Amino acid sequence: MAVDKSMPILIVDDYKTMLRIIGNLLKQLGFENVDEATDGTMALGMLREKPYGLVISDWNMEPMTGYQLLQEVRLDDGLKAMPFIMITAESKTENVIAAKKAGVNNYIVKPFNAATLQKKMSAVIGEF
Amino acid sequence: MNAPVSSADLHDKIAEIRVKQGDTVPITEIADIVGALMTSMEGDISAAQFEVRREIGDLVAYLDSARREIAAISPAEIKHRDIPGATDELDAVVGATEMATNTILDAAEELSDLASDLTAEQQKRVGDIAARIFEASNFQDITGQRITKVVTTLRHIESKVTALARAFGEDVGTVSDAEPALQPETLAGTDDTDLLNGPQLPGAGNTQEDIDALLASFD
Repeated sequence: MAVDKSMPILIVDDYKTMLRIIGNLLKQLGFENVDEATDGTMALGMLREKPYGLVISDWNMEPMTGYQLLQEVRLDDGLKAMPFIMITAESKTENVIAAKKAGVNNYIVKPFNAATLQKKMSAVIGEF
Repeated sequence: MNAPVSSADLHDKIAEIRVKQGDTVPITEIADIVGALMTSMEGDISAAQFEVRREIGDLVAYLDSARREIAAISPAEIKHRDIPGATDELDAVVGATEMATNTILDAAEELSDLASDLTAEQQKRVGDIAARIFEASNFQDITGQRITKVVTTLRHIESKVTALARAFGEDVGTVSDAEPALQPETLAGTDDTDLLNGPQLPGAGNTQEDIDALLASFD
């Protein structure tokens, strides 16, 4: 089934420039229905208000990290099936394992490029 | 010279100091206690006791010397001027790089918007160029996180210097430690503090290929 590029995507990062970068790259890939959150708490509130098709989140944020957001999403009956990609500078093996065990669908390490973003998104939501 | 004291008097004095000072005792108080202890050993003193007395005297002299050295590094200046000055400079770096990155992104977005007036091939070329600019702008996020690590380390050093100075009775001014960020109430209740390592030095962390292989190993 073809990917619906009008699906709403939520991007979460405490660095506003990173939100712009990811937003612009998504736009270039054809995804323009993009919302932003600057930390996990804000993102969780938005996820409970609107049916997003994908979450792309940083890890290192306060007061709620991306890892904690992932755990909350997987514990929420209404959100637990949400596709979730972590984009983060956390590159240690223990981080990847912890995120995988918490239910992350894919993991992108910063710095990243547009091709990697497309490839990892395709692995989660389907080819586009 | 202090009057000889009984061991009960000494015990009471130590208890009194513990109530007043807690576990941190200024070096001058330690010297008083040791002086009283040494005086209590006047008169009938064996060779072993004399050696103990000498060792205690050396210890007090060493502690006093350490206290003077601590005072010489000006812990109050480290706490209130040097470290805050350094962290302010680093914050300014983050601010400047953020401004520059936003300017670069503005330009890249303008280029992308202009592409709609071009041929299909030119649109693709401009799109690729804009994508390279967006990708390169990742640097601001990475440098920001590295600088945050440095600031955290500096503040840790400052707190250790402050604690050491206080242990030796130095006044480093009023401490008004920032309240830690409130942790949200969560169902998971997990603290991932141990996993917040930030960007690794080149060659130290996993590459995207390493991470892909690690994730695939779970399948």
